[in-house]
Amino acid sequence: MNLPVDKKKISIVCFSGDFDKMVAAFTVATGAAATNREVTMFFTFWGLNALKKKKGRVATGNSLMARAFNFLMGGINNLPLSRLNFFGASPILMTKMMKDHNVATLPELVEAAHALGIRIVACEMAMKILEVEKRDMIEEVESVVGVATFLNESENSHIIFI
Amino acid sequence: MKHFLDITRETCPMTFVKVKLQLAKMETGEQLEVLLNEGEPLENVPRSCEEQGYSVLSNEPTDNDKHLLLIEK
Repeated sequence: MNLPVDKKKISIVCFSGDFDKMVAAFTVATGAAATNREVTMFFTFWGLNALKKKKGRVATGNSLMARAFNFLMGGINNLPLSRLNFFGASPILMTKMMKDHNVATLPELVEAAHALGIRIVACEMAMKILEVEKRDMIEEVESVVGVATFLNESENSHIIFI
Repeated sequence: MKHFLDITRETCPMTFVKVKLQLAKMETGEQLEVLLNEGEPLENVPRSCEEQGYSVLSNEPTDNDKHLLLIEK
């Protein structure tokens, strides 16, 4: 691939673990990467659910609280719609509507993000609270970083918070 | 060698994504023909290719409001 001369940079903070907001984050990320921007996605708090290796509900962690939280939140297959979730039925219906209209589904967007070489980093502090280790995450997670590292690396980037 | 990609059934952002990934697989000097729709893809796919240092050799309208783009890596 040719090396672009002045590559623009975008950093997306993926805070929300809502299905629709995660679709928005991956849409912006893949669109940006495909149009010649260097993209970093920083996952924190609820957003970490999208990075878990186990895509369903698993009691990850050591303490009872962490295990309960991780089980209830689940993985990328359990992300709720931010409105009208209807006990988890809506993300399934929404995925069907996306397919019907030839719009990329969340798994397709995630796959595209990996193929485009989007940098995926996870928040050290949120992982500590939720007792999620790097080994519990998908292998595409490049590193576990703190906010100072994230800000340093995003100094010349547009930062988007979702 | 000339490659071909039809993105007329794709929507944003997969229009750009598929073109970018296809170009990444190709060798320098190879050409890619892209069939795309007017509007967003026509406005942005050629521009984004040029920004990445690829040459847009031609951009011709075809039937049904589509365009055929020829890109050289």
